[in-house]
Amino acid sequence: MGALTVSGLGKAYRQYPARWSRLLEWLLELLRPGAPPRHILKWVLQDVSFTVAPGEAVGLVGINGAGKSTLLKLIAGIAQASAGSVQLQGRLAALLELGMGFHPDFTGRQNAVMAGQLLGMTGDEVVRLMPQIEAFAEIGDYIDQPLRVYSSGMQVRLAFAVATVRRPDILVVDEALSVGDAYFQHKSFERIRQFRRQGTTLLLVSHDKQAIQSLCDRALLLDGGRLARMGPPEEIMDYYNAMIAERENATVRVHETRAGKLQTVSGTGEATVIDIALLDEHGAHVEVVDVGAPVTLRVTVRAHAPIPRMVLGYMIKNRLGQPMYGTNTHLKELPLADVAAGEDVVYRFAFPMNLGPGSYSVATAIVSTETHLVNNYEWRDLALLFTVVNMRRPYFEGSAWLDPAIDIERA
Amino acid sequence: MNNDLSRSMPAATLRGLWTYRDFVLGSVRREFQSKTSNTVLGASWSLLSPLAMIVVYTVIFSQVMHARLPGAAGAADVPYAYSIWLCAGILSWTLFAAIVGRAQNMFIEQASLIKKISFPRICLPAIVVLSALLDFGIMFGLFTFFLLGSGNFPGWVFAALAPVLLLQVLLAIGLGTVAGVLNVFFRDVGPFVNIAMQFWFWLTPIVYPASILPEGVRALLLDWNPMARLVQAWQGVLVARTAPDWAGLAPVALLAVLLCMLALHLFRRRAGEMADEL
Repeated sequence: MGALTVSGLGKAYRQYPARWSRLLEWLLELLRPGAPPRHILKWVLQDVSFTVAPGEAVGLVGINGAGKSTLLKLIAGIAQASAGSVQLQGRLAALLELGMGFHPDFTGRQNAVMAGQLLGMTGDEVVRLMPQIEAFAEIGDYIDQPLRVYSSGMQVRLAFAVATVRRPDILVVDEALSVGDAYFQHKSFERIRQFRRQGTTLLLVSHDKQAIQSLCDRALLLDGGRLARMGPPEEIMDYYNAMIAERENATVRVHETRAGKLQTVSGTGEATVIDIALLDEHGAHVEVVDVGAPVTLRVTVRAHAPIPRMVLGYMIKNRLGQPMYGTNTHLKELPLADVAAGEDVVYRFAFPMNLGPGSYSVATAIVSTETHLVNNYEWRDLALLFTVVNMRRPYFEGSAWLDPAIDIERA
Repeated sequence: MNNDLSRSMPAATLRGLWTYRDFVLGSVRREFQSKTSNTVLGASWSLLSPLAMIVVYTVIFSQVMHARLPGAAGAADVPYAYSIWLCAGILSWTLFAAIVGRAQNMFIEQASLIKKISFPRICLPAIVVLSALLDFGIMFGLFTFFLLGSGNFPGWVFAALAPVLLLQVLLAIGLGTVAGVLNVFFRDVGPFVNIAMQFWFWLTPIVYPASILPEGVRALLLDWNPMARLVQAWQGVLVARTAPDWAGLAPVALLAVLLCMLALHLFRRRAGEMADEL
């Protein structure tokens, strides 16, 4: 139970040149079977084959429009494949969108029954499972209130509770978990982990590196409707990030054509960052870092012209671009004097990664004083991307790791 | 694969419907509740609108315009004859129009479910039919009480209405589903059907007796309008207390079956494309 085989799967949408072309095509088909079609096929997914073993968890990544949702819909049986086939063993549950079929005028309980029936349960079954649904949703007395008085978070909790009250053999999740508050996210991930322990096969679409790496055994990368890569989550996520970075740089390059080959750069270019890397305690490159792990940010700067005074600064930003921490060698009183043209300087910033789980970027600046307003040699945004995951610590909230030593006295 | 329910054999389709029976019945119940919740009069509203229609037509046609049922109907002396006759026609038409009207829009109305959840699509027409039958049942039940109370109950011939009802439902859902599938691809179908239904209502002898029509027009209407034959069957049983003209209904039955087959064929062929188009 729980095996999933996708072979040669493809999906094409029909595109008609004009509004009446479809009607014309249908009529011609009736009059003269075998008449040439009047539509063109727009393939959004092509030649996708992979197998998921029972109990395995597979992450699906790709940029928007890569075909992830289409693939999930084909697997869940919501859309019909244009080519190839999907074979699955066991009961599949798809969490593509939470709260389908909810009606604002009915109570949470009535809506839960409705949603359960829509998933193929009988009314009695839902009623029998209701205590579990209520326990997971944690909405208390609201269960007997009409849905329109619910907060959106409560609706999502109820919907998720109903959708996952029975353990499926195969669970397909499409970023449904990126809704709701952190507590709910944590709780829903815990339920998925619990399903996994009990043997459920998981197929998860997410942009969240952390989710993919902490839940999945394997990852698939879709690009332009095709399966671009398949392998261990770390490897695929690194490749994916590189792919994104490449795309981003490419767009910046367009804006910066006058500046020649330098990509995301602003500034005079008299000194540039030629290499930037995050290293773990053994000196190996890392993109995913555990909370609190010791790391070294290594930045190599090349001077292209004689530089009388050189200061290197960096700033770590979260995914919303808010600064987490920034400093430079001027503030740390380590400016370099008289760097010769052609000289490479390697900076190593060692620090413990005391950040909360999430995705972060590093921006660098090479200047002559403490600000980049005078002699801005190079300013580079998104020079490096990395992800912090919480692998060993108990769950905590927030983007800083401020672990307390706790002392409790009872009188 | 579970989406084959819409394409595979009828047995599998029926099995899917059976698995989701609670969803179908629950939907019918909720639809009924949602019409009545938040209103003071509740379920009475579903009675009041056809009742208002009957009052309006009775007053206008029998009092203002002095239309009378022709003696040929054989029941001109029955009290409330015109009202009963009108009720028979309007109740039967209301059921037909409700099924066709809901069915032609059912796929578009439930687009979000169709795009996000895998469930046997056969549930949708089933919900439409049962929902309309529930409304009809309430109204017709009350009407039957009125017939019994006013001494106008037609007797055993009343049972002949069951096959007529079945035939009418088949015709309505066949036509409605065909329109429903087409409406997904050609959105002109919906408004067209709504307008056509208004003309169809007046082209059917419901508020006026067929006998007031000129000879040529009457023959044309009765020959080519399947609803005219069905409505006349209701009127015949309830007013004149005569059994329906079974031979005259045979072509209607054939048409209903053909429409249902066409609906099923269209639906199976286009189900996949439909999900893409919604």
